[in-house]
Amino acid sequence: MLNRITDSLNFNTEALRLRSERQRLIASNIANADTPGYVARDFDFASALSQATGRQSQAQGLAAPRLAMAASSPAHLTRNGRPAGGTLEPELNYATAAQTNLDQNTVDMDRERANFADNTVRYEASLRFINSQLRTLNTAITGQ
Amino acid sequence: MSMFNIFNISGSAVSAQSQRLNVVASNLANADTVAGPDGQSYKARQVVFTAQAMGGTGATGVAVTQVVEDNTPGRRVYDPKHPQADGEGYITYSNVNSVEEMVNMISASRSYQNNVEVMNTTKSLLMKTLQMGQGN
Repeated sequence: MLNRITDSLNFNTEALRLRSERQRLIASNIANADTPGYVARDFDFASALSQATGRQSQAQGLAAPRLAMAASSPAHLTRNGRPAGGTLEPELNYATAAQTNLDQNTVDMDRERANFADNTVRYEASLRFINSQLRTLNTAITGQ
Repeated sequence: MSMFNIFNISGSAVSAQSQRLNVVASNLANADTVAGPDGQSYKARQVVFTAQAMGGTGATGVAVTQVVEDNTPGRRVYDPKHPQADGEGYITYSNVNSVEEMVNMISASRSYQNNVEVMNTTKSLLMKTLQMGQGN
């Protein structure tokens, strides 16, 4: 019963985690804007999120009973293909340079700044979703 | 929590950029320095940035690994009345190119500002994260 309540929070928790990871990546790119030979990195948020949450669990919805498989090692995979021990790291890609640079640096500051602002707003959105879900749960629990 | 790392990353970048700014200031201050009696004029300096892993995938900061000196010969001007003129009446200025240094300075200051803004944004996000579930 209790995990059904927290299950509804899982999706936004994963989204928040991936957003913070992406924030760190973009901050690294901005920090290395003047480093010769640095290659900018990023990951595809949509595919990382669907990988992290697992499409099957979304399709089954919250009504289906969810029994976790026993895992004796953190490397064992659970039913949705994630390691039992930890969260799956998103697959990092390399950004190509919009304009070539003599020092082989592929950080495009305009793109990074735009991505950073976008990611900030979406992180805040995820936070608000979690907050409103918590408020909903609170209202249901107190029953007023 | 991967976002705490951002302060390390942007902090390293800010300190690297301020070191770059320091070198630019030193170069500009010595733009008109004349070679002393030993004939050695001031040599322009440049910092070398290198990416540095900061724990966790994709967390990359910056570090200044070395400061290199520019070895091109300094500007020579004929001025026999100058007290530091050599036997042929020439004085040697430092090899600092003021225009290059000004451009370098603007670039360093913009990068510095960018990283400070990243830190400010991250701080406000973390503050909001800390207040998660409190606003009822």
